[in-house]
Parts: sequence; structure tokens; C-alpha cells
Amino acid sequence: MAAAAPEAGVPTGALWGLVQDFVMGQQDGPAEQVVADVKSGSYTVLQVVEALGSSLENPEPQTRARGIQLLSQVLLQCHSLLLEKEVVHLILFYENRLKDHHLVIPSVLQGLRALSLCVTMPPGLAVSVLKAIFQEVHVQSLLQVDRHTVYNIIINFMRTREEGPFVEELFEVTSCYFPIDFTPPPNDPHGIQRDDLILSLRVVLASTPQFAEFLLPLLIEKVDSEILSAKLDSLQTLNACCAIYGQKELKDFLPSLWASIRREVFQTASEQVEAEGLAALHSLTACLSRSVLSADAEDLLDPFLSNILQDCRHHLCEPDMKLVWPSAKLLQAAAGASARACDHITSHVLPLLLEQFHKHSQSNQRRTILEMILGFLKLQKWSYDDKDERPLCGFKDQLCLLVFMALADSSAQLQLVGIRALTVLGAQPDFLSSEDLEQTVDHLYRLSFLEEDSQRCRVAALEASGALATLYPGAFSNHLIPKLAEELHRGESDFARGDGSPKCSPHLRCLQALSAVSTNPSIVKETLPLLLEHLGRINKGNVVTGPSDIIAVCQSLQQVAEKCQQDPESYWYFHQTAVPCLFALAVQASMPEKEPSVLREVLLEDEVLAAMVSVIGTATTHLSPELAAQSVTHIVSLFLDGNTSFLPENSFPSRFQPFQDGSSGQRRLVALLMAFVCSLPQNVEIPRLNQLMRELLELSCCRSCPFSSNAAAKCFAGLLNKHPAGQQLDEFLQLAVDTVEAGLGSGPTRHQAFTLLLWVTKALVLRYHPHSSSLTTQLMGLLSDPELGPAAADGFSLLMSDCTDVLTRAGHAEVRIMFRQRFFTDNVPALVQGFHAAPQDVKPNYLKGLSHVLHRLPKPVLLPELPTLLSLLLEALSCSDSVVQLCTLSCLQPLLLEAPQVMSLHVDTLVTKFLNLSSSPSMAVRIGALQCMHALTRLPTPVLLPYKPQVIRALAKPLDDKKRLVRKEAVSARGEWFLLGSPGS
Amino acid sequence: MVGGGGGGVGSGLLENANPLIYERSGERPVTAGEEDEQVPDIIDAREIFDLIRCINDPEHPLTLEELNVVEQVRVQVSDPDSTVAVAFTPTIPHCSMATLIGLSIKVKLLRSLPQRFKMDVHITPGTHASEHAVNKQLADKERVAAALENTHLLEVVNQCLSARS
Repeated sequence: MAAAAPEAGVPTGALWGLVQDFVMGQQDGPAEQVVADVKSGSYTVLQVVEALGSSLENPEPQTRARGIQLLSQVLLQCHSLLLEKEVVHLILFYENRLKDHHLVIPSVLQGLRALSLCVTMPPGLAVSVLKAIFQEVHVQSLLQVDRHTVYNIIINFMRTREEGPFVEELFEVTSCYFPIDFTPPPNDPHGIQRDDLILSLRVVLASTPQFAEFLLPLLIEKVDSEILSAKLDSLQTLNACCAIYGQKELKDFLPSLWASIRREVFQTASEQVEAEGLAALHSLTACLSRSVLSADAEDLLDPFLSNILQDCRHHLCEPDMKLVWPSAKLLQAAAGASARACDHITSHVLPLLLEQFHKHSQSNQRRTILEMILGFLKLQKWSYDDKDERPLCGFKDQLCLLVFMALADSSAQLQLVGIRALTVLGAQPDFLSSEDLEQTVDHLYRLSFLEEDSQRCRVAALEASGALATLYPGAFSNHLIPKLAEELHRGESDFARGDGSPKCSPHLRCLQALSAVSTNPSIVKETLPLLLEHLGRINKGNVVTGPSDIIAVCQSLQQVAEKCQQDPESYWYFHQTAVPCLFALAVQASMPEKEPSVLREVLLEDEVLAAMVSVIGTATTHLSPELAAQSVTHIVSLFLDGNTSFLPENSFPSRFQPFQDGSSGQRRLVALLMAFVCSLPQNVEIPRLNQLMRELLELSCCRSCPFSSNAAAKCFAGLLNKHPAGQQLDEFLQLAVDTVEAGLGSGPTRHQAFTLLLWVTKALVLRYHPHSSSLTTQLMGLLSDPELGPAAADGFSLLMSDCTDVLTRAGHAEVRIMFRQRFFTDNVPALVQGFHAAPQDVKPNYLKGLSHVLHRLPKPVLLPELPTLLSLLLEALSCSDSVVQLCTLSCLQPLLLEAPQVMSLHVDTLVTKFLNLSSSPSMAVRIGALQCMHALTRLPTPVLLPYKPQVIRALAKPLDDKKRLVRKEAVSARGEWFLLGSPGS
Repeated sequence: MVGGGGGGVGSGLLENANPLIYERSGERPVTAGEEDEQVPDIIDAREIFDLIRCINDPEHPLTLEELNVVEQVRVQVSDPDSTVAVAFTPTIPHCSMATLIGLSIKVKLLRSLPQRFKMDVHITPGTHASEHAVNKQLADKERVAAALENTHLLEVVNQCLSARS
């Protein structure tokens, strides 16, 4: 039937039958069929009208409504098929039907909505439709759904800009809803939120400049009202309108708009109103700045800005400096809108502020003024073709003078603002002269060595050095690096004299300064050799150096590596220079010596190696596969064959054989191997992987040194995680499982086997490997192991947390984002079951394991699951383990807020347990317990009142806790309990 | 005890309709020492100031800090001696709210400080017409207790101490 074209004689009998079924038979199904047939071309719309024929003239309004409903449904889906001529006829028909019975109107409006979507609408018809609607129908008294249809028709016509003579009517029917005051009913199936309505209405109100003359007075009125939400909505709507208005629309209202905004910003108690007021002022100014003027119109921007200046400038100069901040914020909001506005305001305000700075002598007043100046400096982001056109140019000398004064001031606060201002000035192209730069570097050098109590200034100075060094590498190379090098040497001789190096020595400052300025490739070429030579020299020195000195150098190196990650050339330079050097130092230290040297042992300490691991990892993750392939050959060969030829210093007294019978010191360096191979991109092939994996497995079960066996297990897991699925992966996995089985069975290496199991499980859990579930089950079984139970419980923490050295996303490990949720879903039922089945003495292990899983889970995922865990959680409150306590408290706290009704059943238990825990030895538990005491106040007041006197008495004790953070929670919890059932709360 | 204090509350006519507004200080940054279980943190002036700076003014939708009624420099505290003294500055010298503000500060401290503390809340010298009388009332334990028995006063104090939504 579909093949029959309309002209080939359509079986209109079928159409007639469908129409009858719909209209008289009151069945909805046929409508779909008619729509489908029209779409496929079986009938034309005209034929549908003909088939409807008599029903459209039926005396019963229900029948007419039904007929028009069918036609409207067809039009809604087929309006794109209509010819212009048909649109005209249909519109005339529908306009006429607007006079019909009120039962018919909804269907008529639907039809008009369909027609309003037609692109082929002849000009003038939109006006005619709107005219007919407003004449024939009282829109405001329609049902909500039908009003919605009318607005849709309006919005559709708006798109074609045909509102013509009906602006005021259109405005009336839409603006009567402004501002939206709507609270969704409970269990609303539509899920419409207040904000949805606000935004939709705003789209309509801000859709045309023609509304301006009606809308702007309304907005001003609402901003001036007392209702916070109305103020916010009005300011935001004004902001939206500025996007399409020009100065013509705004002209008459500018003084009132400014007066309202100014009042709000000066007086409001709400930060939100202030922010929206400033945003609206910004948009207004932007709108005036970009308006295209007709030949005879005057530019309104300058008078508007002058008005703002007029009202704000005197506040900037008042000696007591009241209202300076709101004034400065208003001026900055306007100045940030355009280059012209910025120019106008800056040129008036800057001289004033510069003068004020010198008028005031107190540091805190100067700080306020400089902070305002800084606000204006930050706005200078407009590009100017001509250097001399820049508004700041005329003030250069004065600004520099003032900033340097601030840097030399004794007040840390003023220094801090000075540093920020200096950074902003430096970022202005060609602003600072070479003399200024030299002075800048001197100041920053001095500030980088400030004492411990000026920590914030020092950090800010380091950041500023980094930012400015990228722009002016020459100045820093010439004036700063030589000074730092000298300082470093001085530090070395201090070591030599045996002057201890406290944590915040100049040595440490110097290292931090060196890494801070390594933001430019040319500077890295100077700082990296300095750091490495320094490391070599303290290593060779004859004096005892603590691990912290070497760690400090490593941290500095790592920061340099991080800064190099953006620039491939610098990064490769760093990798090629630093990595072999670190390996050489470590290999040297691991060589057996006739006389044991303290220094060498320092270099092999756990924490020193960990610091080196970070450097090597950071210097490897960003390598391109080609360059990484060059390095991997050398390093694998170093560990498997003892081939030291690529190391800068490679004459060692004996061979390097970490996997054979090398010394225990050599085995420890597997951590460095891990740092490198586990940071490589996934597509870098590791030579002789099979041999390497077997060696790692063997070492992982080595009993003599937990550090080495742990590093080997991690390295194995890291490689396993990245290895592509396939036969080789299965083989590696089988080897690991066999090793674990063998180790867990016998006594001496059970701990090592457990560690290997844990890491391998983690490697598989992260990548959703199918084998992970059997390993997890094995791990869960160990929770009731008398020897390994507590370790297994803590193992769940490792499974759920992010590592820093292996199995990281940064190190290209395969980490699925939802792995925690998945682990939770797959394993929590078994953990709960295991808890109930376990004998009393190992129950805490299950609770702890569970705590670790729950604790790491995102709160939104956890919340819906918590009620089923409630009885377990209440039991866990009595567990003596502080990890379990803390986790339980952090699970219960949101539950108290979200499900107070359920929780009130347990109020007695909760009050008692929380109060007990508020005197726990662990600070975190005390804080958590007090937060829960606070959250308890959300329960229905009648449930709580019997406990009020007891709780208030008990909470007096944590008010005197020795830790401030605990006292703070006690104060807010106790304050809330006082308010319970008390008047005025 | 608040002589004529009821007049301003809710009467719609503000005595000082257009006060100057001061910047709020941010949250106190948490230091490493504060996070260390072992290190005791003494109760210092900033901690006391943090207790009272968020008290709402009885007649403006503003905090005492924003109105500069309380300032950190006007807080004296000694943790070892268990003493605290807070001076507050009414916005205008004839402010009828002065006693009420003082009472709110006092109640906040009573609810928030360990019992061992002896607390003194008074008007900054020379900033209020009836400074002496107000100070005397605030120092009188029995009158403070009696004031809190008064439902209307307790209601206003509680409103001042409620967290602003």
C-alpha cells in the first residue's frame, strides 16, 4: 500500500476509517497511523482535512475538538511538508476556530503551535495569529498546559522576530510570572525545579530589545524590593538582557539602574546579591561599550562611567577608609567590561590611589590601597597596538616605586600584596625596564630566604620568581642563579664544618628557590647541573649528612621535573641528565665496601629511595615512546646484566647483580627499577620482560629484606596491570598465583606471599580483570587468619586508595574510573556475610576491611546503600579500632542529615555512643563524634528533648579539649543543642 | 533588664538605618600544629573572636563583625589564667540595642567556653552614653540569668546566635 503514490488513486476509504475510529470511536491509536501515512506520502494533509470534513462541523463541541485534535497532531509532526499556500489556509482556518467553544481551544492552540514552527510562513501571518489569540482567548485564565502552548507559540514567533505591534501584550502575559515564586510539590513526577522555570522565563524576557521599556522598570522595582530571591533574579535577568540590548534601550534607565546596583553593593548583607550586582554593572558597561551609535546619538559610556566615578571616588579618599571595598569593586566591575571603560576609569582612579598610598603611613592602610591598585592592574588585559597608548604607561615609575616600597616594608601583609602586584606588572609586555628587573630579582632573592614565620611571603616570592622567570629568563640567569649557586656552596662548607642543618636552613631555601625558577628551558640547563653536582658533592663529602638533606635535593629535582613536563625538549634533557646520575649514585652506594660508610647507608634508606623514586617517576611518565625505548634498554640491561656503561660514573669495585647474589643494598634498588618501568607509556615494549617478571617474582618472596620484596611485588603488579590481555598475561598471572599459593602455605614467607597477593589483586581490580574476583575472595578469606587477619583488613585500604608511585593514572596504569563502586557492589555483601559468620575474635577484621571500602567510596554512591548497613554500623560504633570508629562516624553523619526519621529509632544508642567517642584518644574520632552530635539535632525535636540536659552537660567537656579543631566542633554542636526547643530557634 | 530595648526590635524603624559595613575575615587557616594530635592549641584571641564575630545583629541582617561592633583587637584572653575580656563598640552612642548585644556575646561565650573561664563583656570605653549602666548589668550574674528566663529576650538572643541561613 505504501508503494501506491497519492496520484495513483489513494484508498481514501482506509483514511476515512482511521479518522472515524479516532473521532467517533475515541481511540487514540489511529492518529499514529495517519501521521505515519502522511509522512510516507500516502496521503496529503489536504486529504486528511477532507476526510475530517463533517466532524469539523459537527454540532457537538467534543466531536469538533476531537477532529481538530487529530489534525493538530498530524500538523505537529508533518509541518515541514506543508506548502506556503497550505500554511495560509490552515492558519485562516485555525484563527477562525479560536472563536469556537472553550473545549475546542486546547486543540486549536496545538495546531497553531504546529504552524508556528513552519519555516514557510508568509510575512504578517505571525502578527495575525497573535492578534487572534489575544482577541479571542483570555490567556491568563487558560489551564497551565494550554498557557504553556501559547508561550511556545510566542517563543517560536520570537525566533522570526515578528512580535510587531503586540509587544506590550506579549510582555504582559509573560512578565506576570516574574519573579518566579515556585516550590515543586513533594513527589512531583515532572521533576520541574524552581530554577528551570526561572531560566525559561528569563529566555523569553531577555529575547527581544523591544521589551526593554517595560522590562527595565519592572527589574528596577524588583531589585528595590525586600525579597532576596527577587533581587537576584532581577539582577541576573538584567545581565542577560545586556547581551542583546544597545544603548538605545538602556538610555532612559541608566541613572535608576546605577542607583539600584550601587545601593545593593554598598548595603547588602548577601554576598550573592553583591556578586550579581557587580556582574550586572559589568554587563551594562560592556553593552554601552559595544553599542554602535547612530550619527546623531551621543555616546553614553563616558557619562555613565563619570557618574560611577563621581559616586565612588570620594569613598576611596576618605581617611577612615570606610566603604572603600564596595566602591573599588564597583569601579573594577565597570572597568573590566571593555578597553575604553578600563582606560577611562584607570586613568582617573590610579593617580588618586597612588596619592592615597603616600598619604597614609600605616602598613595596613597601605595594604588596602595597594590591594585596590592591584585589582585595577589585573584588569589591564586589553591589547594595544601602540605601546604608548597603554593606560599604565604614564604611571610606570610611580607604580614601580610603590611596589618596591611595599616589598621592603616590615609588614608581611603589605609585602604579600606587593609580590602579587609585582607579578602582574611583570606580565605587562615591555613594562619593566632592565633596571626594574634587576631590582625585582634582588627583592625576590631576599624574600625567598625569609624566616619561618613569613612562610606565606616566601612561598609567594617563589611563585612570583617562577612566573617572572618564564618571561625574563635572562634577568634571572644573570642576577639570581649565580647568587643561588654561591649560597649552595656556602651550605656545603657548613655541612663540612658539621653545622647541623635544621629543617628550614638557608640550604633548603636555596634548593626551593632553584626549583622555583626552573620554569624556562634555558634556566633548567643551569639549575639542573647545579642540583646534581650538589648532590654528588654531599654524597662524596666526608661528613655525616642526614637523609633529610638528600631528600630535600630530590624534592627540588622533582619540582624541576614537573616544570619540565610541558616542554618535550627540556623534559628529555632532564631525563637524560638526571636519571642516569641518580642510578649511578645509588649503584655506587650499593657496592660492598671494606669499611661501611654511614653516608652510603643514608642513600639507601627507605625514605631516601622513595624520594628518588618520585624523581625518576616524574622524569619518565611524559617521555615519548621513541625516547622511552632508548632508556628502557639501558635500564633493563643494568638490572639483568649489571651493564653499567650508560652511567656517568661507571667504574665500580664489583658487579651490580641485584637479582642474583648481590648484596642486600643492591636488591633495594629494585625500587628505582620500579619507578622507571612502571612509569613508561603502555605502548613501550620492555625488552626481556619474561625474564624480568620471573626475577621480580622470586625477589618478592625473598625473606631477608621487606623493602626489596615489597618493591619487587609492586613492580611486578605495575607491569602486570599494563600488560595487554593474552596468553603471556595469563602465564604471568598463573606464575603469580602459584607463587602466592606456595608462599601462603608454608610458614616463613607467608607475609611476603600475602603482600604479593595484595598487589596483584590491586593490579587486576583496577583494570576489571575477570581474575580479580577470585583473588579478592582469597584475600577476604585471610581476614579470619589468626596471623594475617589484621594485615588483610588493612589491605582493603590499599586496594581502595590511590598509590603515588605505582599503578597511577599519571604512570599510564590501566585504572577504570568506577573501580571503587564496582568493588563495593561485588564484595560488600560477602564482607557483611563474612562478618556475621566470623568468630568473635576476628569480627573486627571484617569491620575494618568494610570500613576501608566504605570510607573511600564517593558519598552519593554510598548514601542509598547505607540503610541496609545500618545495624552493622551501629554495632561498629562499639568496635575499639579507631579506623573503624572514624569510618562509621563518617557514614552515619550524612545518614543523620538525610534520613532523620529512620535514625530517630536509635537515638538512645547514638547519643550514648557519640558522647563516648567524643573523648576518644584520636583527634579525628573526637571531631567525627562531635559532628555527629551536631547532625543529631536534625532529628525531630520531641525525640531529642529528653536528652538535652544530659547532652549539654556532656558537651561542656570537649569545649576544653586541647585541640582547637575539636573545640570548634564542640562549640557548634553544643550551640545547636542549646537552641533545640528554645524560643527563637 | 534591657531598658527600652524592645522598642527597636521588629518595630520597623531602625535607629541606624544606614550603617557602615566592614569586610568579613575569612575562616582561620588550619595550621600543621593544629592537625598534630600531640600539640595542645591554647585558646587565643582569634579563637574567641571566631566565636563572636558571626553573632547576628538584633536589627540588621548583618553580623557583629560586619558592623565592626566586635574586633579581634578588643579581645583579651589568657588560657592559663582562664580569663577572657571582650569589649564591644555599639554602632552609635545612643544605641538601645547595646545591652542586648552584650547579652548575646555573653551567652555565646557561656555556651562555648569551658566552665573554668571567668568572662567579662563590656562596652569599649567612651563609645556609649550609658556605658556604665550597661556594663554593670552585664557583669551581674543574677540579672543575666534572670534575663534568660524571659522568653521574649531568650528568643531574641537565640535569633542572634542562630546560624544565618
